[in-house]
Amino acid sequence: MMEPYHNNSFPNSKSFLKAGLVFLMSALFFGLVAALQYVLPGIGKEVFSFEKLRPLHVSSAVFWILMTAMGTVLTFLQEIKPFPNTTHRLVKIQFYLFEISFVSILVSYCFGVFGGREYWEFHPIFSIPIVIGWGIFLVNFLTNNKTLKNQPVYVWMWTTGVVFFLFTYIESNLWLIPGIGNRLIQDMTIQWKSYGSMVGAWNMLIYGSSIYLMDKIAGNQKYSQSNMAFGLYFLGLFNLMFNWGHHIYTLPTASYTHIIAYGVSMTELFILGRIIYLWRKSLTFDRKHKHIQAYWFLYAADIWVFINLGLAIAMSIPALNLYMHGTHIIVAHTMGTTIGINTMLLLSFAYDVLGKKQAEIKISTNFKTAFLVTNISLSLFFISLIIAGVLKSYWQFNNPDSSYTLMLNTLRPYFYVFFVSGLSLVFGFMLLIIPLFKSK
Amino acid sequence: MSTYPWKLSVFLSLIVLFLLYSAVLYCREYKEVLPADVLAQDGKMIWQQKNCVSCHQLYGLGGHLGPDLTNVYGKKGEPYIKAFLQSGTTVMPNYHLTENEMQALISFLKYTSSTGISDPNSFTKHNDGTISQ
Repeated sequence: MMEPYHNNSFPNSKSFLKAGLVFLMSALFFGLVAALQYVLPGIGKEVFSFEKLRPLHVSSAVFWILMTAMGTVLTFLQEIKPFPNTTHRLVKIQFYLFEISFVSILVSYCFGVFGGREYWEFHPIFSIPIVIGWGIFLVNFLTNNKTLKNQPVYVWMWTTGVVFFLFTYIESNLWLIPGIGNRLIQDMTIQWKSYGSMVGAWNMLIYGSSIYLMDKIAGNQKYSQSNMAFGLYFLGLFNLMFNWGHHIYTLPTASYTHIIAYGVSMTELFILGRIIYLWRKSLTFDRKHKHIQAYWFLYAADIWVFINLGLAIAMSIPALNLYMHGTHIIVAHTMGTTIGINTMLLLSFAYDVLGKKQAEIKISTNFKTAFLVTNISLSLFFISLIIAGVLKSYWQFNNPDSSYTLMLNTLRPYFYVFFVSGLSLVFGFMLLIIPLFKSK
Repeated sequence: MSTYPWKLSVFLSLIVLFLLYSAVLYCREYKEVLPADVLAQDGKMIWQQKNCVSCHQLYGLGGHLGPDLTNVYGKKGEPYIKAFLQSGTTVMPNYHLTENEMQALISFLKYTSSTGISDPNSFTKHNDGTISQ
């Protein structure tokens, strides 16, 4: 006779969130060390040069997003309907596959082993456990969601995210086929097609989870079953599939990819218009919610969505993109979306799943301080990168033949602000993260 | 009335369109760009193995610590590139590349330079927001 199965034994769906938080700390640490290269050029370059530090930072951030998104979807699915024992066993295998391959990737960078792709890169051998692990996630998801009929919008979003991530991940490895890999323009086109859509895929997991969480806080499914929710979901899916060309307006690839991307990206104006229309409502910090930590992060993400969506739409206009492409404005946008939107939402899930239950919560002064420090630091961080980007853009158009090093020297004061605000951002995040490890 | 059939139709239509679009892009003959020769392909592998893109850009895509190298061969020539590869810079370490590795990297940068122009000044902006080169 088989032993009774302990569903809550380590590792379980919550283990993904805790592992995700460790990767977030790793992303913050390596981000800070990498930023030092901008204020003290060449420091420690023989031991930890930038080509090691950048992937250590970027991949840690991607691992934070993926681990937490997977763990959140698995946890929320169990809140809807408990998993059978088979799924619990597969979740353990899924956890170990990702944990071991992600840690191995970080170690491989330290030994100078790279994939050399922009921007999520590692040796292609690691794709094998990642694809198998995601395949198990797909099985776990589909086993517990057999139909889309009558499902709220977040189940559609999770389904889309799980399926499209696998598709785009495999697509991002097509460069290994010589006919594609040895044609630079085709290689770069497919690379940015896959990465653009891959970000859209994990955003489907995150935004779907945020709608689930908002339903949970509101205590009803009014929004997640509404036509507006489905309309916005299909608009998001349309953009995920066809707007990636706005990353490569200056690449001499097929011109229709640029035209399609431009047209499709402009449909996001509808989302922006809706945010402005609901501005007052979305900024109302409801009294009944002010005691829920998770809600504070949802609230912050709302503001960052507005700022970054406005910037994204401007960047999607080719004539404006020309001034921003290849500058720190793009970095500001990436940081704004990864930290301001994704990390705020992921922390809201972590606080919901790992934090104290609502009845026990009294928002502490420490939490309020950390939350404010994080968001104010992020604002300074974002603004310093925008200013550095504007100055680089000016250089690109007016003085492109002068020394690159001299141009970087003129940006240095803004890099100091970038570094100091980054330091304070790390401090704020650590205050928010550490209490979560105390939960069982 | 159930809206499920409508939702499913929109969902499936978008997937079919996406797969068609993907297939067109995979199969498209890039006649304007010849594949890299063997030495340049080796150079591309070295470019990737050394993770050059973490600091440098091609067509404005990549890191920001060093300059965009798409057209460095066309603008500055081989000796200029070789000087940097041989000694590094304040920020870039000396990777102690062999002569063959340096030749492969230079060949790759010669190939990238032949694929197009990345300078934003080379584009014309139109009133409808589009650009052309």
